[in-house]
Amino acid sequence: MKDHATLSEKFIADEPRTDWHDETLWLVRQKRDSAVRRVPEWEQLRELASQIKDHTLSNLDNYLMAFEKNAQANGIKVHWAADGAEHNEIILRIIQENNVRRVVKSKSMLTEECHLNPFLTGQGIEVVDTDLGERIVQFRNEPPSHIVLPAIHLKKQDVSQTFHENIGTEEGNNDPRYLTEAARIHLRDKFIHSQLAITGVNFAIAETGGFVVCTNEGNADMGTHSADIHIACMGIEKIIPKAEHLGVFLRLLARSATGQPITTYSSHFHKPRIGRQMHIVIVDNGRTKQLGRPDFRNSLKCIRCAACFNTCPVFRRSGGHSYHTAVAGPIGSILNPNQDMRANADLPFASTLCGSCSNVCPVKIDIHVQLWKWRQVLTEEGYTATGKKAAMNGMAYVLAHPTIYRLAGKVGRWVMRVFPFITNNKIFNPWYKQREMPAAPKQSFRDWYIKNKK
Amino acid sequence: MSSREKILQAISINKPAFIELPLMEIKGAGMDTNEAAKQFIKTLESIGGKGLLISDMNIVRNDLKQARNRGDYVVNTISLLGEVNKEINTDMDAGSLAKVYKTYIEATIGVAENGAVWLYESQMKNRLLPFICEHLVICLDAKNIVPTMHEAYQEIDVAKEGYGVFLAGPSKTADIEQSLVIGAHGARSVMVYLMAS
Repeated sequence: MKDHATLSEKFIADEPRTDWHDETLWLVRQKRDSAVRRVPEWEQLRELASQIKDHTLSNLDNYLMAFEKNAQANGIKVHWAADGAEHNEIILRIIQENNVRRVVKSKSMLTEECHLNPFLTGQGIEVVDTDLGERIVQFRNEPPSHIVLPAIHLKKQDVSQTFHENIGTEEGNNDPRYLTEAARIHLRDKFIHSQLAITGVNFAIAETGGFVVCTNEGNADMGTHSADIHIACMGIEKIIPKAEHLGVFLRLLARSATGQPITTYSSHFHKPRIGRQMHIVIVDNGRTKQLGRPDFRNSLKCIRCAACFNTCPVFRRSGGHSYHTAVAGPIGSILNPNQDMRANADLPFASTLCGSCSNVCPVKIDIHVQLWKWRQVLTEEGYTATGKKAAMNGMAYVLAHPTIYRLAGKVGRWVMRVFPFITNNKIFNPWYKQREMPAAPKQSFRDWYIKNKK
Repeated sequence: MSSREKILQAISINKPAFIELPLMEIKGAGMDTNEAAKQFIKTLESIGGKGLLISDMNIVRNDLKQARNRGDYVVNTISLLGEVNKEINTDMDAGSLAKVYKTYIEATIGVAENGAVWLYESQMKNRLLPFICEHLVICLDAKNIVPTMHEAYQEIDVAKEGYGVFLAGPSKTADIEQSLVIGAHGARSVMVYLMAS
C-alpha cells in the first residue's frame, strides 16, 4: 500500500489546485477564528467540554448501560457491534427482515470506517448518500477526503462533469447554484421513495436515551422522517451524560467546524413515530483498545469538527486522500494507528508537530503530543522504515561522539564543495526535492570560534 | 459472551480512574428581551434567515392570507393565525408533504447567539413538515428568546416528545468549492416573526 508521502506527491503534482486547496481550508480556519472571537467564554467552554468528555470516558460503561436502558424505554432498539463487520451484518439483517431495497444515508464517518456502502451494494441494496458532498464522491467512486467537507478536493468543473454523467445536468454548466438545485431535485425523489434511512450520531444522551444529529442541508431529517425505519450508528465514545451538556458541545461544534454559530439543524431523536422503527447500533471497532492506552485514550474525546484538518499545514497541502483512511488529518493520524499499526505507521509522521491542531481542538485533545508519542511507539514496535531507523540511529551516534561529529562535518562540507551533485540530487537526497542546498561554509562554527575567541 | 458484554467488560478494564463531572458554571451574557430580540434577528440574518419584531399579530395573519390567495399549498399549524390545516398529522407520507409550498409553525424558544429556534414535534404536527416545505415561517413570542444555548436547554425538555429540533435559518450547503448555496434539501427560506408583548 502507498504511504502518505507517496500519495501526497500525486496530490501536489497539480500546483494551482494544491494552492487552491490550501487557501480554501485556511479560509475555513479563519471563519472559525472570527466565530470564536465572538464568544468571550470560548476557552471556558473548551475546558468544560474537555472535562465532561474526560469524566464520561472514566464512566463510559455505566453511561452506555444507562443510555441503552433509557433508549429502550423510549421504544428504540439497541444493538451492539464489536467491530465493523458485525455493524454491517446488523444493518443488513434489519434491511432483510423488513424487505427493504432502497436506503438513504446521511453523513456518518463511522459507516465509512466500517465500509458499509460497498458491503450493502454487494448485497444488491441501493444505498444513496444524501449529503451533497458525499453524493458527489459516491458518484465518482471515491471516499470523502474530509470529514466535514467531503468533496473539498474537487473543483466545480469536476462536480459539473460528474453530475452531467450521472444525473444529466447541462454539460459545462459549473454554477454551484444550478448544480445544487439539480442535486436537490434528484435527491428529493430518493428521499420520498426511501424505505430506510441510516444516519450517524453526533451526541447520545445517557440521561434521556436520545441522540442528536447535526446537518446543514437537512438531509438527515429528510431521510429519517420520510422512511419507516431509522438506523443510527454511533461509536461508543459519542455518549454525553446529560442534555444540558449539549449546550456546551453545540456551541463548540459548528463554530469549530465551519465558523457557523450552530448547524442549521440540530435534531433531537427520542422516540420513533407510532408504527415506525428506530434502531441504534453501538460500535466498538477498536475504541475500547484505544481507551486502554493512557497516552492515546483522550483521542476518543473527538467530536469530529475537523478544525484540526483545516489548520494543519500538512493536510492543507496534501489532501485527505493521502491519509488512506476514513478519518484523515491530525486526529485520524492518532486514531488510525490504534486500528492497524502496520497499515497506518506513516500517518503520525505526516505532521510538522507545530501544535496548531491542539490549539484549535474544541475538546482540548493534545493531538500533536500524541502524534509524537505514536512515532515512538511505532518505532519501538518496528513499524517504521528501516532506512529511517538506521538514519536516526546513525545520527544519534554521530551527535554523541564529538570527534566523529567534527570529522563528518568536515567531510560533508568538502563533498558539498567538490562534488555538489552528490547532495544536490533528488534520488539520493529526498531533502533536496523541494529545496536548495545551502552553500557549504569553508569552516565550521567551532573552528571559527576557536580562532576568534581572543 | 455477547458483543454487548465484551464491549462493556473491555471498557471497565480499560477506562481510566474515575474523574468527577465538572459543574456547569458557565453563564452567557445577561440580556433584556429587547436586546435579545435584536441580537437574534442580527444573527439569523447573518445565516441567511429573516427576522421581524412585530407588535401586531395581524401582520402575520395577512402574510398567511396572502400566501393562501396565491393558490399555493400553504400549511398553517397555528390556530391564532387562522384556519389550521387538519390534514397534517404524524402519519402523512412524504409524497403528500412534498407538495407543501409554505408552512407556518410556532416555536417554543429562540436563541440570540445563533438564531436557532426550538420546535417540538407537537408544534410541527409532522416531523417532516419543517424540512420538506419550500418556505418556512416561524412565530415566536419575543420574550422567549434566551441569550445562549445554556439557557435554552434550561427552558426545554428534549425528551418530552419523540422528536425536537433546533432550526437555524434556511437549509444550506457549501459542498461545491465552498460556495454557499441556500436551499440544499430543506426549506429555502426561513422567516421568523417575533411577537413583542
